[in-house]
Amino acid sequence: MNFLLLTVIKAALVAFILLTALAYVQWLERKVLAHIQLRVGPRRVGPHGLLQPLADVVKLITKEDMIPSHVNKVFYLLAPFLAVMFALIPIAVIPFGTDITIGPIHTNMELADLNIGVLFILGITGMGVYGVALSGWASNNKYALLGGLRSSAQMISYELPMAMAIATPLLVLNTLSFRQLVNSQDGFILGFIPRWTIFQGPFPFLIVAFIIFMIAAFAETNRIPFDLPEAENELVAGFHTEYGSMKFAAFFMAEYCNMITVCCVATLLFLGGWHPIFPAEYGSRFIPSLIFVGAAAICFMHAANPSRRLDKFTLPVVGVVALGIAGIFMVPILATALLPIFWFSAKVIVILFVYIWVRGTLPRFRYDQLMRFAWTFLFPIAIINLFLVGLWVALT
Amino acid sequence: MKYQPFEDPVATIQALQEAPASPSSPRRMTLNMGPQHPSTHGVLRIVIELEGETITEATPDIGFLHTGIEKQCEFTNWHQTTTLTDRVDYLSNIGNNLVYALTVEKLLQIEIPERAQWLRVLMAEIDRLNSHLVWLGTHALDIGAMSMFFYCFREREDILRLKEMFSGQRMMTSYIRVGGVALDAPRGWEKAVGGFIRQFPSKVDEYENLLDNNPIWKIRTQGVGHISIEDMLDLGVTGPMLRGAGIALDVRKTEPYSCYQKFDFTVPTRTENDVYARYRVRMEEMRQSARIITQAMEGMPGGPYVADAPHVVLPDREKMKTQMESLIYHFKIVTEGPRVPAGEVYQAVESPRGEIAYYIVSDGTSKPYRLHMRTPSFGNLQALPVMLRNTLIADSIAALGSMDFVLGDTDR
Repeated sequence: MNFLLLTVIKAALVAFILLTALAYVQWLERKVLAHIQLRVGPRRVGPHGLLQPLADVVKLITKEDMIPSHVNKVFYLLAPFLAVMFALIPIAVIPFGTDITIGPIHTNMELADLNIGVLFILGITGMGVYGVALSGWASNNKYALLGGLRSSAQMISYELPMAMAIATPLLVLNTLSFRQLVNSQDGFILGFIPRWTIFQGPFPFLIVAFIIFMIAAFAETNRIPFDLPEAENELVAGFHTEYGSMKFAAFFMAEYCNMITVCCVATLLFLGGWHPIFPAEYGSRFIPSLIFVGAAAICFMHAANPSRRLDKFTLPVVGVVALGIAGIFMVPILATALLPIFWFSAKVIVILFVYIWVRGTLPRFRYDQLMRFAWTFLFPIAIINLFLVGLWVALT
Repeated sequence: MKYQPFEDPVATIQALQEAPASPSSPRRMTLNMGPQHPSTHGVLRIVIELEGETITEATPDIGFLHTGIEKQCEFTNWHQTTTLTDRVDYLSNIGNNLVYALTVEKLLQIEIPERAQWLRVLMAEIDRLNSHLVWLGTHALDIGAMSMFFYCFREREDILRLKEMFSGQRMMTSYIRVGGVALDAPRGWEKAVGGFIRQFPSKVDEYENLLDNNPIWKIRTQGVGHISIEDMLDLGVTGPMLRGAGIALDVRKTEPYSCYQKFDFTVPTRTENDVYARYRVRMEEMRQSARIITQAMEGMPGGPYVADAPHVVLPDREKMKTQMESLIYHFKIVTEGPRVPAGEVYQAVESPRGEIAYYIVSDGTSKPYRLHMRTPSFGNLQALPVMLRNTLIADSIAALGSMDFVLGDTDR
């Protein structure tokens, strides 16, 4: 099949799935946070607020697109574009599963199988700071300026330990391509411990690298406890104080997109990508079906005791859909294509959940403490860790 | 003196709204924080001069919430004024009711029955819990722990229900009146208060568990917001801020009112004199308040809940309809209000924020001649410029939260 056509179709598909996922990560965040905080979260638009993201998008698009008079127009308008662009590009090199074959077409589950995918992601996410810094400067607002400055310093500082942490599994697995990285994490140690990167090599060092990576990732994506650039209690809204309507939504999208990218990278580099957590002989291929059957059972149970009148009709429908998905995973032909995608998304969602959980629990660092943490604690540990792993690789 | 209008009101307002003098050095930046800013807790404007992220000068600009309550009090009779004192401090209205009632009773020299005094203590302590819970929630929210806010408001909801049960109102209760309290304790109040107070200490433990075991919370609060004891005493700072510096000044102990001397409680103090110390002091105060509430609940005496002073206290409804004398008193109190002997008095009580005191001048008529409120928020806010000098913006937020001021209380 025509390479160009295939790529266009894949790009459209990935963009569609990514943008939908973005909206629903935001829904998930609001729901989980709400339940941590004794609230119920969005509930009005659609069953359990499932159409809330759609309503938000409509609202943000139809809002008046106002440009304050005191801003530097060129950079003010450029900044959100840059932020979204550099947030969306990295997803192109991320593989979501193994190769698939549909009829005559055989294709990878990523847009581009770069042999230097990891470096590409590091490079592009490093550019992301331009959007934030420019918006802070171009807004001509003191709060925005402080937010932009904080953000630039923070993102640049945390890129170093992050790069060090990423280099560790690369040393052990000896490749820069995501696909090969995941392939070399296949199989099981002693028949039951998955050969994920964190369980490979000299024992604690790769787990340390994973933790450093996650901490740096929280800082890179400006999330609590590192959300200083937009610390609303200090800097109103930080760098996007002067932005409204879709321009604000662009920054919002960029933040969640970066979150998804970082979770994907963590899954691919450290958590074995699309490989299951225990061998297929022990029944790991039934897990997705079991989860969806469980979800269907919960739906039917709640439909029997509806808390709202509509639940009596909506929940059984959701339950039947879940049962259908469970059935799909039992079809052998489809299962081989879908299982990797399932395990990959499951791991990404678990990490996303941790992100939200942390947001509901921790207070925020102070700016100088954050920088000191990066330079005097995280960075030295990352270097020592990398050095020790390098030594181990050289010796074996 | 003849009233002189501004020559050009628009220009005057514009001059007032402009950011004050440009920064004293080109390396510095003037930042106008407020009046609408997420963490100034109301409409406080602080003009800060920054060098990088360090504050070199902070000037609070108060008065955005000035409602003229002190002046209004001169036009309402002694009973109606109670409802105005509610509006001074929306988090501690019972404390304001109490200090007003005590001040007027000092002038009237009437004896308040035991039960009314115990009910006053009970409600004042419930109110202290309410105020401290709101403080803890917003303070933690400022530092970034946003779930805390919702946990505190869960308990606050229980407290508001109790207040509604006692007085029929959730916030502006006007429960404590001159001569006693508005209503006797409702049926089943022991069960409601007991149910709440039994599980409350465990909730305080839960909050401490979330915050105290968290290294980020500690590095954000320890050693932050220091101000010398001499400065605090000079500026009139009272309450938990002073107790966090090691001075056990609590009006409930030093000049007991409303039979506080009959209750067994301690005044928690810390010596660190920082945001963390103030946090610990307030957490401990919540436990002590819970102790007082338990004692008040268990030892509540019987008897009347209003003083035997027919010229001040509204008569019983039944008596008013059957007895001529009561009807006349009722008519006099409702139409012109009770008359209070001429004189000047000063009375202080311990509000959740510090020492609140009313100074009342009466000229013997049925309205106050002058009512001055010495509010703790105003005194505590004076420490702000000293406290914020040479701190970081982020620390200023923590320090502001630890002062626990209410702008309605500051501006009156």
